[in-house]
Amino acid sequence: MPVRGRLSDPVLHPVAYFSVGCNTRGVYGNDFDQPGAASLLEEVDAAERALKAAAEGQVVAGDGDELQAYFDAVIAADQKIEPRDWMPEAYRKGLIRQIAQHAHSEIIGMQPEGNWISRAPSLQRKAILLAKVQDEAGHGLYLYAAAETLGINRDELVDMLISGKQKYSSIFNYPTLTWADVGAIGWLVDGAAIVNQVPLCRCSYGPYARAMIRICKEESFHQRQGYEILYTLAHGTPGQKAMAQDSVDRWWYPSLAMFGPPDTESTHSEQSMAWKIKRFSNDDLRQKFVDMCVPQAEVLDLRIPDPALAWNEQRQAYDYTQPDYDELFQVIRGDGPCNRQRMAHRRAAHDDGAWVREAAAAYATKHSVGGRHE
Amino acid sequence: MSELWEVFIRPRRGLSHVHVGSLHAPDAQIALRNARDVYTRRQEGVSIWVVRAADITASSPDEKDAFFDPAADKVYRHPTFYKVPEGVAHL
Repeated sequence: MPVRGRLSDPVLHPVAYFSVGCNTRGVYGNDFDQPGAASLLEEVDAAERALKAAAEGQVVAGDGDELQAYFDAVIAADQKIEPRDWMPEAYRKGLIRQIAQHAHSEIIGMQPEGNWISRAPSLQRKAILLAKVQDEAGHGLYLYAAAETLGINRDELVDMLISGKQKYSSIFNYPTLTWADVGAIGWLVDGAAIVNQVPLCRCSYGPYARAMIRICKEESFHQRQGYEILYTLAHGTPGQKAMAQDSVDRWWYPSLAMFGPPDTESTHSEQSMAWKIKRFSNDDLRQKFVDMCVPQAEVLDLRIPDPALAWNEQRQAYDYTQPDYDELFQVIRGDGPCNRQRMAHRRAAHDDGAWVREAAAAYATKHSVGGRHE
Repeated sequence: MSELWEVFIRPRRGLSHVHVGSLHAPDAQIALRNARDVYTRRQEGVSIWVVRAADITASSPDEKDAFFDPAADKVYRHPTFYKVPEGVAHL
């Protein structure tokens, strides 16, 4: 749970990206040891430790001849299913769909922010934004690689995005109108994504869990850089502060909608829970996100655009206004502000890159004549 | 067209290469460069191996019992199997 005012040093502890270490802790930085430090990163770290601990444990005593029983026993023991293990067809298909849509979201997610690379307000902001957008591409690639371990190939995955057969997160169909939107995306959109994704670090499918641990650690840089952009604007000129407030006003409800429909209308959640793919309900995660954001907004000195927002002593959580789910479904159906633009851009980028793929393949063929010597 | 490559990274001197994921590339040189961009953006490694996925032969989880069982009943391979008489040092 969030602690009020814990971000007393709001221009954020620098993360030790450049420390040299052998594990992700050394590489991605570690500021968990500070009192009240980031609880989400701590959860990612705990998930990583749990993954190692489960792997150390005795192999579950399932009946090796009974495939389903063995699968169930591995899941029950919190161990991981690995690529060549037997798994129910619905588990495989469901995971492919979920991982692929997650990958597509990372790929399309480069567009709203890419919009501001050429207009970033300083060289440093530009370099940071470039690194962040490159990370999004990397996340898409980790996830495509994880999906491919389930027996689908990359061409099929790319085709499902380009043809519109599979969706990506509806949030990326909103436009980035001002520089402050880059901040709001980092703070709210990446923040919501992290809350959604941290539990996936404990997903029962090994390659997905490992990809998510890596992604969550990188996402926390994204969230902090967004928060820092907003903090800087909110403590700048009145015009800059107004720009920051306007971006929070526009991104708040779409970010809440990222957690999906309310539990009462959510489909295929139960099976996902039983298979330990999904671990918390949409509404629980949404609540967690709201409770995190309120004190963070206070430090920013920006207003969350919800007049009904109030601390509920009894629930020990904030009451808040639900996002407009009709709008969510409308955007998912294809009628958001930027759906057509995002898809057109992705298709054009794919087509424009065709000559590079062909040239690389021709070069590889030419040099492989007479064996596989390089 | 584009082949699947498995990527192994040595995080630093003194450690062995560890599998980190896969990627697509038309040849080994491009696979290496792609691996650098995808898997070592934060100095995660000092050395990269890329191996064509098609060139890897793997044991099958289906036959794991038959395949690995012979090791299970050879407890005498572990030093703890042996009784050491009291008072014997450096053994």
